[in-house]
Amino acid sequence: MLALTDFLMLGAVLFSLSVAGVFLNRKNVIILLMCIELMLLAVNMNFIAFSHYHGDTAGQVFVFFILTVAAAEAAIGLAILVVLFRNRRTINVTDLDTLKG
Amino acid sequence: MTFELFVFYFFSIILVASALMVITRRNPVHSALFLVLAFFTSAAIWLLAEAEFLAIVLVLVYVGAVMVLFLFVVMMLDIDVATMRAGFVKHLPLALLVAVAMAVEIFLVVGSGTFSLERFPAPPSQVANYNNTEVLGGLLYTVYMYPFEVAAVILLVAIIAAIGLTMRKRPETKYQDPSKQVRVRKGDDRIRVVKMEAED
Amino acid sequence: METLYLIIVLAPLFGAIVAGFWGGKIGRAGAHWVTSGGVGLSALLSLYVLYRFAAGNLEVFNGTIYTWMVSDGLRMEVGFLIDHLTAVMMAVVTFVSFCVHVYTIGYMAHDEENWPNTSLAGRNSYQRFFSYISLFTFSMLMLVMSNNFLQLFFGWEAVGLVSYLLIGFWSVRPTAIFANLKAFLVNRVGDFGFILGIAAIALYTNSLDYAEVFASIPGLADTQIQIFGSASWSLISVIGILLFIGAMGKSAQVPLHVWLPDSMEGPTPISALIHAATMVTAGVFMVARMSPIYEFSETALSFVLVIGATTAFFTGLIGIVQNDIKRVVAYSTLSQLGYMMVALGVSAYAAGIFHLMTHAFFKALLFLAAGSVIIGMHHDQDIRNMGGIRKYMPWTYWTSLVGSLALIGFPGFSGFFSKDAIIESVHHSTLAGSGYAYAAVLVGVFITALYSFRMFFLVFHGEGPRDEHAKAHLHESPKVVWMPLVALAVPSVCIGYLTMDSMLFGEWFEGSLFVLPQHDTLAEVGKGLHGPNSMIVHGFFGAPLYLALCGVLVAWFVYLVKPGVADRMKHLLEPVYRTLANKYWFDEAYQFLFAGGSRALGNRLWSLGDRYIIDTVVINGSARTVGRLADWVRTVQTGYLFHYAIAMILGLLLLLTWFVIAA
Repeated sequence: MLALTDFLMLGAVLFSLSVAGVFLNRKNVIILLMCIELMLLAVNMNFIAFSHYHGDTAGQVFVFFILTVAAAEAAIGLAILVVLFRNRRTINVTDLDTLKG
Repeated sequence: MTFELFVFYFFSIILVASALMVITRRNPVHSALFLVLAFFTSAAIWLLAEAEFLAIVLVLVYVGAVMVLFLFVVMMLDIDVATMRAGFVKHLPLALLVAVAMAVEIFLVVGSGTFSLERFPAPPSQVANYNNTEVLGGLLYTVYMYPFEVAAVILLVAIIAAIGLTMRKRPETKYQDPSKQVRVRKGDDRIRVVKMEAED
Repeated sequence: METLYLIIVLAPLFGAIVAGFWGGKIGRAGAHWVTSGGVGLSALLSLYVLYRFAAGNLEVFNGTIYTWMVSDGLRMEVGFLIDHLTAVMMAVVTFVSFCVHVYTIGYMAHDEENWPNTSLAGRNSYQRFFSYISLFTFSMLMLVMSNNFLQLFFGWEAVGLVSYLLIGFWSVRPTAIFANLKAFLVNRVGDFGFILGIAAIALYTNSLDYAEVFASIPGLADTQIQIFGSASWSLISVIGILLFIGAMGKSAQVPLHVWLPDSMEGPTPISALIHAATMVTAGVFMVARMSPIYEFSETALSFVLVIGATTAFFTGLIGIVQNDIKRVVAYSTLSQLGYMMVALGVSAYAAGIFHLMTHAFFKALLFLAAGSVIIGMHHDQDIRNMGGIRKYMPWTYWTSLVGSLALIGFPGFSGFFSKDAIIESVHHSTLAGSGYAYAAVLVGVFITALYSFRMFFLVFHGEGPRDEHAKAHLHESPKVVWMPLVALAVPSVCIGYLTMDSMLFGEWFEGSLFVLPQHDTLAEVGKGLHGPNSMIVHGFFGAPLYLALCGVLVAWFVYLVKPGVADRMKHLLEPVYRTLANKYWFDEAYQFLFAGGSRALGNRLWSLGDRYIIDTVVINGSARTVGRLADWVRTVQTGYLFHYAIAMILGLLLLLTWFVIAA
């Protein structure tokens, strides 16, 4: 039988992979954004699994909101990216160090 | 091995493989396409967990809208892939270390038997006429009314923010300005009488 | 009678307020009329009170006028205790004050010459001066009429304040500013002891009222207290000595006497009023008033006796070498205050108060006469420049002679009775230190005569003023100046003869002063004396009279007959002369030890505490630490997005690790 642990482990693997992605593609903002989407997917996976095994639909409502926010985040993130590229002709993160203290 | 388990592992393998591809592909377009695949397989796994509505939403919203947006942006921008990849191999050991450490730790937590089948027995399958969309809609429009509306506002804000960020006036484009049009007055704005010498 | 007492106190205050706040409006004449009128009224009423007491048809008044507050059973109130002792003090204070008011009209007539034209303080200074001396009269009356310690302390501090204001009255002179600050600071030392004494009284008797405190004192006679460590002290001795430290400050006893000679920087009228006749005697009055406390501690009485005798003898010596006319009189005052303290020390409180009264008259007289001479000499105060003034200022000359004779104790004059009574009392005392005190006061008589007549001969006899210009302008002072001299000369001569019998040996102070039978030295003296005449006769068989005559003769010989002797003596006794001329180096020692010490301490605290700890370490140090920390922390802020992401992830990893380990 399919157990809750299986879902959670899948989520864990997804999450770890996206963390590794953040480390590996540290210069490419687009891939970074994709990794974040992947992380959110892992989290959603956990929510859905718990919702299923607890028999509580509230978990799915949560996923719904996360999807909403993730969509908004992706939209704004990409918009920023476009503006950034328009101004600096690059999306290389190493060139973006205006916040340096 | 039940069929259910088989399906789960099948899609899981595809999901993990595509996620691996997302983070390792050289070309961002490929990464985006693998992400699409990852979302598709996740949707399939969510179906196993009887979250039919969300599975469809994931495909429609993520694959149909968000990922397309990603692809647009990736293709629109002229990205120098080579410099983006610099340091990939250099960072591999640290990335692996952190990822493995994190995975091991999460496994230690979730695989310790706390969430085993004995503790959390599989719920009985829903009755035939169970409607996941209806149930979710009932919750959203009653108990989670206000959060739902806030989510709508967040989306609106995101729309305005995205447009506001990316929109710019191009002086060379020709367009009509309705506000200027309605403010035109009868006299000098509309016609101009020009006096010219008669030509032979 | 309560209304009458209130008028006595408040009339001078009214004058002070009017002259002080509306001095510009009422003008000079208005100011001296309103203040002199107020004090004159007080003087008249005080004399009436004294007369009623003398006639024996006035009850002792002890009552509360106003309760200020009650705190945990401790009542703080304004109240009057009017008995025979108070009546004498009131009469002396108001009478001398009135004379000084009148005298001031003449003395300060040209006060604007003492101020630079641009000085703002010089504006209406005449009115201000009158306001101050009236305020002084009010404060002194509050002090002597009080029936509780709080009001006593109020009056005590108020006279100190007025004294401060008046010593520095000519505030454009640096020496005056120095002198008044010195007076104020030295008095603070004394007042510190004084308030500690009052606090001890309030602590152990839970009352500030004289009557209640005195009633509970005998019960505390054997109480021992621990102050430092386990050493045990007699409570009454501690209280007595603490209160006497206050008296030492106010009455300028060694070693807190240093402010009094310097206070001569003030205008002469206040030297007469405050620093000779009244305020400095506040300590004497206070100790006499506290006789029910002192009687129970022979330690405290011995302390008073030794300090008094030391003051009487050693400050008198300094008087011989001074050349400033006012300073000679000032050291004479110190010496006479010492005599009063000696009297108190041997429990002859009545003699102390009696000497206080006679001294008030003749010392005020001497000061005012000195002031008259100073006016005549156009504010030259050096007696070496004077001489032969007798023919130019007859009134001043004769009144000065009266004052000097009274001071040295010439038989029949008021000073004779009081001083003789003191010396005889010391002779009969068996207290520790009384032998030393007896020697000191006996030799003191000779010294008193010597410096008094040295000054007298140098000023009034011999060759005329050296300065021809001064000689040409020398003439008798105006009437308002010499009239008070005469008014003071009369009691200087006869007050002793008239009142000695009842005040010293009679029952005048019955109930006001308390003397244990075994301490009653004055009664010993009184045995075999029947009235003033017999005392005069008795005086001719005692040493003091001949010592005084010796002093006069020596002065006459050294300063008139053979003027060279003084210089030869000076060379012969060079170290002694230097010691005296430098006043035993008290000023230098205090300047070095306390002023220099506190300045050095302040410097150290400033450089170490303020500049180093606060400025460098706390303020700049914290700023630098924050800056350095920020310098270090800012390197963390690389500005790279992925570094922030990595930091978040590592943080997450740490949290996870913690959860795993905790689980």
